[in-house]
Amino acid sequence: MALPPPYVTGPLTEHFADEAFAGVDGYVARGGYEVARRAIAERTPAEVIEIVKDSGLQGRGGAGFSTGLKWSFMPTERSGPSYLVCNADESEPGSFKDRLLMERGPHQALEGILIAAWATGAEKTFLYVRGEYAYPANCMERAIGEATSRGYLGENVMGTGFRHEVVLVRGAGAYICGEETGLLESLEGKKGQPRKKPPFPAQVGAFGRPTTVNNLETYSHVPNILRNGADWFRGFGTEKSPGTMLFGVSGHVVRPGLYELPLGTRLDEIVFEHAGGVPGGRKLKGVIPGGASMPILPAGQLDVPMANEFLRERHTSLGTGGVMVMDETTCMVRVACVVAWFFRHESCGQCTQCREGTGWLHRIAQRIERGAGEAGDLEVLADIPGKMEGATICAFADAAAWPIQGLLRHFRPEFEQHLAAHACPLPESFEL
Amino acid sequence: MVSAAAADKDVSILPISEETRARIVAEMEKFPSKRGALLGALRMVQAELGCIAPETARGVAALFDIRPVEVMEVVHFYTMLYDRPHGRHQVFVCTNLSCSLRGGRSLLRALEEHLGVHAGETTADGRIHLGHEECLGACAGAPMMRVDEAYHEGLDAESARQILDGLD
Repeated sequence: MALPPPYVTGPLTEHFADEAFAGVDGYVARGGYEVARRAIAERTPAEVIEIVKDSGLQGRGGAGFSTGLKWSFMPTERSGPSYLVCNADESEPGSFKDRLLMERGPHQALEGILIAAWATGAEKTFLYVRGEYAYPANCMERAIGEATSRGYLGENVMGTGFRHEVVLVRGAGAYICGEETGLLESLEGKKGQPRKKPPFPAQVGAFGRPTTVNNLETYSHVPNILRNGADWFRGFGTEKSPGTMLFGVSGHVVRPGLYELPLGTRLDEIVFEHAGGVPGGRKLKGVIPGGASMPILPAGQLDVPMANEFLRERHTSLGTGGVMVMDETTCMVRVACVVAWFFRHESCGQCTQCREGTGWLHRIAQRIERGAGEAGDLEVLADIPGKMEGATICAFADAAAWPIQGLLRHFRPEFEQHLAAHACPLPESFEL
Repeated sequence: MVSAAAADKDVSILPISEETRARIVAEMEKFPSKRGALLGALRMVQAELGCIAPETARGVAALFDIRPVEVMEVVHFYTMLYDRPHGRHQVFVCTNLSCSLRGGRSLLRALEEHLGVHAGETTADGRIHLGHEECLGACAGAPMMRVDEAYHEGLDAESARQILDGLD
């Protein structure tokens, strides 16, 4: 039921092979909660924020925004409650890292949340776990119960006088609830339709109160940063993208699984050296580096460090670190169909460009794949993404547009072959 | 607006156990506004009644002091909430990219054939609802399926059929 520990561990996952680490005794035996206690007892919120800012930690949920900076947006003078939200609505296709962190390191996540709560002055955290994650949610629920009964959470956190409570909320199946304001709507018992910004969550967040939303992996890095210092964290990764990240590798590789590696590790090293390359002696064709929303890279372009400053030069991004590998048998028009269908299905429907655009992308890709493509289809397929991108309330439309742009950028001749032959030229491809 | 008396009547038509009702009330207290408990309440009610039919939504709406349509729009937005009976067991095969690359769709076809239904349908005896689902965060265990709350990973057609045959 639980995911196995990562093939390659790092500071975030080094104790994950030890099942006791998931329980409060095992966690405390490894020094757990001591960093949070000291932060609350000995440091001001502003000092904690400075350390996290100095560490250069960036959000691990896809957008890569500076965590310390985000925390600093919370108002310091306020006249009512403020909240923290932990986003564990992990739904980006190809991503399964938060699941591991909940199953094998739930107290580490809670300690990171506690430190963030102190830094931002939040009295309560809503931990939003995607609805399908029953086992990870149970792991977190158990950990919250243990931490509360031991006084690590509750009315008087470890005798410091600080009060903090964590409430677990389970989603009910909607990708868009991973978007932070869609999540806030869902948390309030509504459809998860993203909000217009401004106001940003730090001003008007959950239940109308100032709120900080971070991904669960982001919080999980925080205890180590406070324990070892910002410079230690900067010892991993690149200058602009410090630290390690949990990469989930899937698709046509010998060893699909999780790998904790420094940011800046080359993509070809991840695919070939760590994940064992493509099985069966077949050749590699393309890799999506960061979950289904991120544009694909062809086999010749894997010599790129996995950090946004390098990936952006190749018109793609790190996203959630979901590395999806495709071998030479893979039909890229089918890939377009799968990805376009996903976004069509998950569009919340608020904005015309997204609601209609995702449908167009899927219908055209499907028509081409079935050999029923018409003259002009490819031009329309290439034209729609630019009309969706940046035109909507949230970044979902961009996420739907980018993968199609990437497929056409690198594999356009394959689409043309489908149109010319009215058939798929790759009979060995995965079934659609 | 619904009058107080009518609301009481609607609450009383929500045929859930006292225990579930008490759990919903306890859940409401965790949020600054009780509507925060709506998704959780709907899951509890669905677990007990099998689905959130329109008349059920009226009872839930009364409990939350909102309109029935606000409950139904939530039910229709989320894929794990159903407005009609859905079979005793929920079986969903992941067909997103990582699973498709490793045979997710072939697995779904094999199960369609095995059960004699198409994806999105329930077997005639009401035992199993079969569907396909978007990425479930089990990409290293592709192909995989979710049966109710449990994940089954690293499947082939034979092992998946056996799991289904073992369901009551």
